[in-house]
Amino acid sequence: MSTVTSARERKAGPAVKPPASSTEARSASVLSTLRRQWRRTLLVAVVLLWVVLWAVLHGTQTLEIGGADKTDVHLWLNSVRDAFDSARTNSAFFEYVVQPITDGVNGLVTFLQSLFSQGTATRPVPQVGWLGVVALLAWLTFTFAGIRSMILVAVCVLLFGFFGYWQQSIDTLIVTFVTVVLCAVVGLPLGIWMARSKRASSVLTPVLDLMQTLPSFAYLAPLALVFGIGPAAAIVTTIIYSLPPLVRITEHGIRNVSPTTLEAVTSMGGTAWQTLVKVQLPMARRTIVVGINQCTMAALSMATIAALINGPGLGQPVLQSLQSLDVGGAFVSGLAIVLMAVMLDRTTTAASERSVVAARFQKRSRSGLMPGPKRRVTIVTIGAVLAGVAVYLSHSYLALAQFPASPDLGSPLASAVSNATQWVVNTFAGFTGWLKDTVTAALVDPLQSLLAQAPWWVMVIVLLGVALALGGLRAAAVTVVCEAVILGTGLWNESMKTLATTLVATLLVIVAAMALGVWMGRSKIVDSAIRPILDALQTIPSFVYLVPALALFGPTRFTAIIAAFCYGVPIATKLVADGIRGVSPVTVEASESMGTTSWQMISKVQLPMSRSAVVLAANQGLLYVLSMVVVGGLVGGGGLGYLVVAGFSQSQLFGKGLAAGIAITALGVMLDRITKYTAARLGRD
Amino acid sequence: MSASVIEPTSSRRAARQEDGNRPALKVEGLWKIFGPKADKILGTPDAQLSRKELQSKTGCLAAVKDVSFEVARGEVFVVMGLSGSGKSTLVRLLTRLIEPSAGTVTIDGEDVTQASKTKLRTLRRNHMAMVFQQFGLLPHRKVIDNVAYGLEVRGEGKAARLARAQEMVDLVGLSGYERSFPDQLSGGMQQRVGLARALAVDPEVLLFDEPFSALDPLIRRDMQNEVCRLHEEVGKTMIFITHDLQEALKLGDRILIMRDGEIVQIGTPAEVVANPADDYVRDFVSEVPRSHVLTLRYVVRPPRPGEELDGPVMQADRIVRDAAQQVLRSSQPVRVFDGEDFLGVVDDDDILRVVVAEEAP
Repeated sequence: MSTVTSARERKAGPAVKPPASSTEARSASVLSTLRRQWRRTLLVAVVLLWVVLWAVLHGTQTLEIGGADKTDVHLWLNSVRDAFDSARTNSAFFEYVVQPITDGVNGLVTFLQSLFSQGTATRPVPQVGWLGVVALLAWLTFTFAGIRSMILVAVCVLLFGFFGYWQQSIDTLIVTFVTVVLCAVVGLPLGIWMARSKRASSVLTPVLDLMQTLPSFAYLAPLALVFGIGPAAAIVTTIIYSLPPLVRITEHGIRNVSPTTLEAVTSMGGTAWQTLVKVQLPMARRTIVVGINQCTMAALSMATIAALINGPGLGQPVLQSLQSLDVGGAFVSGLAIVLMAVMLDRTTTAASERSVVAARFQKRSRSGLMPGPKRRVTIVTIGAVLAGVAVYLSHSYLALAQFPASPDLGSPLASAVSNATQWVVNTFAGFTGWLKDTVTAALVDPLQSLLAQAPWWVMVIVLLGVALALGGLRAAAVTVVCEAVILGTGLWNESMKTLATTLVATLLVIVAAMALGVWMGRSKIVDSAIRPILDALQTIPSFVYLVPALALFGPTRFTAIIAAFCYGVPIATKLVADGIRGVSPVTVEASESMGTTSWQMISKVQLPMSRSAVVLAANQGLLYVLSMVVVGGLVGGGGLGYLVVAGFSQSQLFGKGLAAGIAITALGVMLDRITKYTAARLGRD
Repeated sequence: MSASVIEPTSSRRAARQEDGNRPALKVEGLWKIFGPKADKILGTPDAQLSRKELQSKTGCLAAVKDVSFEVARGEVFVVMGLSGSGKSTLVRLLTRLIEPSAGTVTIDGEDVTQASKTKLRTLRRNHMAMVFQQFGLLPHRKVIDNVAYGLEVRGEGKAARLARAQEMVDLVGLSGYERSFPDQLSGGMQQRVGLARALAVDPEVLLFDEPFSALDPLIRRDMQNEVCRLHEEVGKTMIFITHDLQEALKLGDRILIMRDGEIVQIGTPAEVVANPADDYVRDFVSEVPRSHVLTLRYVVRPPRPGEELDGPVMQADRIVRDAAQQVLRSSQPVRVFDGEDFLGVVDDDDILRVVVAEEAP
């Protein structure tokens, strides 16, 4: 073996040595290599330039402004707000368009509240008391989702009451319900239209993209400006957040109806309407119900955040507890939200499974093959009667109308959690403190200094260069626009701080997601063990993630990073795992047959072949992280998120908060486009 | 040739070709070019380029190039070609599931290519029906409702369409499975549902797009026999797309062989095997057992001087394999007639040459 090698070396020796006269040729070849690898070259050059300029110039031209300082833009936005306020009473647009919507939605919510959750001026308790509500919910769940879901719902709803959040829970259910109904009314036709018309799809897809890219924090303020704070604005924000998944999934479901089946149906001369009603909708039914499920979960998540603009529901107690750093209280209300998420998720899933089964067996029963459904009809009828009796009783007797104050599970649980947290914090203070300090000192501080302490024009160039190198020309174009917008808001420095926090959390998310995702992608057992946990984590509304992070780390930047990390990991991990799993098994088998080790398999086959999935995971991780980092402004996260929160609470800072919302949007769009185009490029190559 | 004197085995085919003056389906100058600005290529010299040249020059793909043929009432017309030859596009052009670039298709006297949307829908509902390779059944409907779908979209009453669907289900041998869902059936049974669905609307023309390619060989053979049987019973005109030569020879009255979107040869199975139009076809049919396909017409020779002409009489379109035993048993050469016309004789040697030649490597 060694002789062979040496022989080869000897032979290769003279050929490698370049002839003296070919220096020109060599420099030409270096140039061509550079041209071929221009992306990498550009990236290295940009980073070098950045570090050098930062070393020389840091601390100058950072565009930093003080917490209470306001630029002209912010003052102008304040005046816009005032203009809106006065326009509300004397503008035709407000009078005939906005006000009817606001009144209609507010009226609907108030009406439902007076029915189920809150008393009114004339009647101190709602029309239907707690017993009636529990009975109604149980009956509905039994009818549509089955007995197991019914038990789950009954237990959860009773627990909400015992936690002391009866009224808020029912309010949250009302807001979620109204949102989902409105989403279905708007979203299903839109999805169908998009599936049938390429033009509609290409026009609406970017709009949906934007709706999903916008961190929800960013549009709270403008909507509150238009609709006024309260249920109407809360429901509109919630719709913006939860409509896109429904529309997309509906479109996807209808588009994915087997083309052969469609061709067969066309060849038989069905009209478009017949095809839609008899073929596409029934075949897409399961997917559409999944869309409703996603829409419901998103609505619940957003309905809690809408507490910031005075949306009714469970978000209120969470928000109050977070702002007063009351971990126990935040935990109990957060637990109620989690329970509600689990309850809604399980129930809608069970309902979708039942709807498929029911479609098959309903008709069979007529021929007498299935005696079951008949008995079910009897039970459902009896249930309806019982629920009606319960509603009547709870309407008539105070004890059944007002949820009993005891047993009170909420307060003892809250204080127990407070004590436990105290104990944990005291016991592990060393570890949590060390973790916090290490990550802050090793990652957050240096990066924040690099980003926020460099002169603004250096960062403009650096971001542009990175966008060009990674995502190409289109990404660079978007970046220029977004940079201009951020500069225009006068919050460049704050934006860079937020960007630094976001990047650190995203880096952590990617590392964790790659490790977990590769592990899951390679092992079915690991996948089936971890995936349910990730699914469960994904159903938890984002607000709730702040609670444990706050308990462990107190109100700091690091808290926001941890919460963002926990929020971003599930989605990113799943995407990586799916990417690894998607690598053709034939390729894997082929490389295995050549004696590849596990590590070689991961690094040479599986990761390279799924790199666009990995970048997509980074993209989703980034967006999730960004939305959480800004929410982290509530618990000392600083940056743009804090300004948004401050804008809600202090009238003279409103304009600045609105500007911060715009800057967040620009930041989100920029990061999204850069990573999307990168993923697209990698997928193409 | 007059139908009355032909032997019973082959009278069916001949009768079909003779019956009625108007062809069931007529295709003239049919073109389909896929790609950007495909319309502008037609009528220019570019259209005459080979498929490869056209694609590298314009980026357009000529899937079907200037195809014309006629199908007689009751005929089984097979279009055969390898994948990419344009045969699946061709069958879709016939019902405008794909819009043709040029040319006309006439089904039962109605011009399909000029039909308005409504007219086309009526044609599709009443005059033609298609069976697909991937079945294309509606998974959310029971077998009986799948079969009744075509009747449902053209607005027939529930009782009538269910009765008709039940008839079809019985006809294809699926009695007892009416209330099953497609995913509860095997592939062969699912295709029977597809067949029943196509038959239910009582179309003039049945189109088959590689209907049995997705099935196991044994089930494929069953289904081919099923098609033969149904053809005997209902006598529909059938256009049958396949890439399987055996299938083409077995089912087809005539075969159209396609390559790169163009017609290479149209002919009866015996013509194709006996006189391949070019090397491509010759290569194709080289493995075919000739005695199973050739008729006596292709082995007959003039009588030698002094040969006795008092042997048994046979018709010219008798398949060699069927005739073999009788010829070998007879001590005299068999006399072959086309109707009343004397064509020549066939003796043991002539038969053996066909049978043994195919054994040779």
